[in-house]
Amino acid sequence: MNLTLKIWRQKNNSDKGGFKDYKLGGVSEDMSFLEMLDVLNEELSGKGEDPVHFDHDCREGICGMCSLYINGKPHGPQQTTTCQLHMRSFHDGETITIEPWRAKAFPVLKDLVTDRSAFDRIIQAGGYVSVNTGGVPDANEIPIPKTIADMAMDAAQCIGCGACVAACKNASAMLFTSAKVSQLALLPQGQVERKTRAEKMVAQMDAEGFGACTNTGACEAECPKGISITNIARMNREYFSAVVSSQNV
Amino acid sequence: MILDSKIPEGPLAEKWTKHKFNVKLVNPANKRKYDVIVVGTGLAGASAAASLAELGYNVKAFCFQDSPRRAHSIAAQGGINAAKNYQNDGDSVYRLFYDTIKGGDYRARESNVYRLAEVSVKIIDQCVAQGVPFAREYGGLLANRSFGGAQVSRTFYARGQTGQQLLLGAYSALSRQVANGKVKLYPRTEMMDVVTIDGKARGIITRNLITGAIESHSAHAVLLCTGGYGNVFFLSTNAMGSNVTAAWRAHKKGALMANPCFTQIHPTCIPVSGDHQSKLTLMSESLRNDGRVWVPATVATAEKLRKGQIKANEIKEEDRDYFLERKYPSFGNLVPRDVASRNAKYVCDEGRGVNETGEAVFLDFRDAIKRDGKDTISAKYGNLFDMYQQITGENPYEMPMMIYPAVHYTMGGLWVDYNLMTNVPGLYALGEANFSDHGANRLGASALMQGLADGYFVIPYTIGDYLAQNPAGKIGTDHQEFQKAEKEVKDRIQKLLGIKGEKTIDHFHKRLGKIMWDYCGMARTEEGLKKAKAMIKELKAEFWSNVKVLGDNEELNQSLEKAHRVADFIELGELMVDDALNRNESCGGHFREEYQTPEGEALRDDEGFAYVAAWKYIGEGQEEELVKEPLIFENVKLTQRSYK
Ligand SMILES: Cc1cc2nc3c(=O)[nH]c(=O)nc-3n(C[C@H](O)[C@H](O)[C@H](O)COP(=O)(O)OP(=O)(O)OC[C@H]3O[C@@H](n4cnc5c(N)ncnc54)[C@H](O)[C@@H]3O)c2cc1C
Ligand code: FES
Repeated sequence: MNLTLKIWRQKNNSDKGGFKDYKLGGVSEDMSFLEMLDVLNEELSGKGEDPVHFDHDCREGICGMCSLYINGKPHGPQQTTTCQLHMRSFHDGETITIEPWRAKAFPVLKDLVTDRSAFDRIIQAGGYVSVNTGGVPDANEIPIPKTIADMAMDAAQCIGCGACVAACKNASAMLFTSAKVSQLALLPQGQVERKTRAEKMVAQMDAEGFGACTNTGACEAECPKGISITNIARMNREYFSAVVSSQNV
Repeated sequence: MILDSKIPEGPLAEKWTKHKFNVKLVNPANKRKYDVIVVGTGLAGASAAASLAELGYNVKAFCFQDSPRRAHSIAAQGGINAAKNYQNDGDSVYRLFYDTIKGGDYRARESNVYRLAEVSVKIIDQCVAQGVPFAREYGGLLANRSFGGAQVSRTFYARGQTGQQLLLGAYSALSRQVANGKVKLYPRTEMMDVVTIDGKARGIITRNLITGAIESHSAHAVLLCTGGYGNVFFLSTNAMGSNVTAAWRAHKKGALMANPCFTQIHPTCIPVSGDHQSKLTLMSESLRNDGRVWVPATVATAEKLRKGQIKANEIKEEDRDYFLERKYPSFGNLVPRDVASRNAKYVCDEGRGVNETGEAVFLDFRDAIKRDGKDTISAKYGNLFDMYQQITGENPYEMPMMIYPAVHYTMGGLWVDYNLMTNVPGLYALGEANFSDHGANRLGASALMQGLADGYFVIPYTIGDYLAQNPAGKIGTDHQEFQKAEKEVKDRIQKLLGIKGEKTIDHFHKRLGKIMWDYCGMARTEEGLKKAKAMIKELKAEFWSNVKVLGDNEELNQSLEKAHRVADFIELGELMVDDALNRNESCGGHFREEYQTPEGEALRDDEGFAYVAAWKYIGEGQEEELVKEPLIFENVKLTQRSYK
């Protein structure tokens, strides 16, 4: 198929940036979206033009590195990651608009590449169980009901791509943060630090400049891993019960 | 040169315990006076960085992705082995040790493998304590599945995302240490060189991938946890950024590269669909628990199938050849990877391959779905089935999957002794980056085990032994060796940018990949390897005179990043070919057609080749020197590996 690509080009963080149009022919339906961009980049490089920069690594939908805003949707029309999106989801002659994630907390570094280190800092604020290596009990010492383990796993599947933030009109990071809070709140291992964890992670989320959650559910609808907004409800409960008894704030 | 593997004395089962007692210790108050650099934040790097920081060392952790959580370990699907024997099916540390040695076709060190099996049980405890949501039975205890090359169920898993969950566990431990101020993170930073002073590793040179800044970092020890080099084949199941650069620069600074030709070709990957292909996708080996591998019994049926005159599910039972079950009745579809891959190649070479290219075999769940129901199969493999459908557009619940072998893992890597130290004092290699535990073939679910064993339970003990013998106190970066190394890195960048040739970087990478796959892939011959060597030499010369690297150094420049990596892959490719040429035997993933049994199985030569082939870099354009570390087997008897 033949496509017109409208791509956001921005030289660096201080550059203003803008859209540029490219024509691309010979695109096969079996290509992944990123392979289609590879073809474009080979063409650009061949002509001596700076290739379009975008983040990607595993190309298996698990590392969370790829992050394109395609035709007004994070990761494009399907509920999957950009690297797993295939060109059979588009048709001949289509114009495809490609932008970076747009959020104050995710500044653009170049073209379609953004800085998502804010997510790392939210985890650093408390997204862990404070155990050192060694000296832990046998793995089967604490049985965990399968339903609970499964729910924890549902939440733990988050790949930290940031689509939830990109999808949200307030650029809220509630889905991301709540997924980790939920996972650990559900498991017996996470109980000890349950309250301080919710409090600290929410505080960091706010400090990074992510917006408030107004429960529109856009995040859940766009999450490539199907992380549920019930996690947000659980985090709210965790958070409020924490602040009621808090000694921190 | 003589390599000292530092294997402790004493009976196999006591070596590690004794060694832990004998190593020197750094007292708790002194640990904060030592700096450790950890390059890589995959399972090996993240677990090492976190554990060392917990002990009190000052750690700097580097990765090229934007976050440590995205290291390639995240992509591992199937599971992690541990000799817990929770299933009461006869597993033990000794059995895991034995399976791993045998699975590796007797080309690994007994002592290292035994230690790996021994600490495996602690890994699961650690991960559970961190909140890793492993799969569980209804009674609340941990579930297991079986993997190739084993007759017990010892594989722990978290749906089809085991690597993700283990890595997020290690990443959480790492994040906690970042918050504690004991680890400083350097994401989007690529290691460009190792700095040695008076023969000891004292730091690294890095490039900031956003600004292009070239920087020096000093430390008392440097740990390379930089993963495998499967991308030398261009197409592999590795992440796009996986590279050999860190290991290769260390190699050029004196660290030996061991068994570089030992590559694992994984049997269950989605077949290549066209020239645009950028990477290959693995379908977890766990699928072979329930899927049955087959091709049509005759070439005629296969041809009809390829032409679309007949559909896979219309082929009658008697016209199917379940070739693994037929040839290996006791292991069936669960033979080790090298055996499964080679047999898929054989049936395709016979003309019985099943997709348009003729390079694919079926992996069929029809019988499993009939037996257990669609829901059960979906609960076990749902995400893999979805991924398959996403990529191929076909529904594996209705049609058998098509699979073909692809490059997946590299058993070779930096040579390390029992302490995981390379021959360069103070320079360590952990995880897939080292060569140590898997011999000539790795068993499924053992890489995750090794990465975490190295990081959580081995290096925290062995690094102390070295540091205790080296004075504490700051090491500056003002030493001339740092300046020299920085200059070399900058010169190389300018050289790459200055070529301004006509061919893109991918052009060279693809050509290299094809040479490697055709001549140094699933089957190798002396003639082919010699040809490959000449072709790689030519490719290298052409690369350095005609590659086009766009842009500048002082910016985010993905072309430049790639150019560095491909330049190193080309040099590594040549060494892999040398290594494959030297090894006049077949073992594990290294199959030299000249050396096979009448049944087409790998024919080892234990008299001639029961050694680790470690290669020493001599100088630009010169042949590398082979250094042998003999492998001594005191506990297992070397036999022809049989899975019949
Ligand atoms: C698709 C797939 C599925 C797999 N499934 C399984 C499985 O089910 N079970 C199993 O046991 N094994 C599996 N494996 C193998 C296993 O995942 C890997 O061997 C293992 O995760 C490697 O871990 P590592 O820590 O050594 O390296 P990696 O996870 O590869 O990490 C390498 C790190 O080094 C960094 N790095 C590399 N080069 C540089 C540089 N020059 N400068 C700075 N940083 C650098 C990277 O940023 C990264 O952080 C699978 C592999 C693949 C490809
Ligand atoms: S590249 Fe890893 S999720 Fe898309």
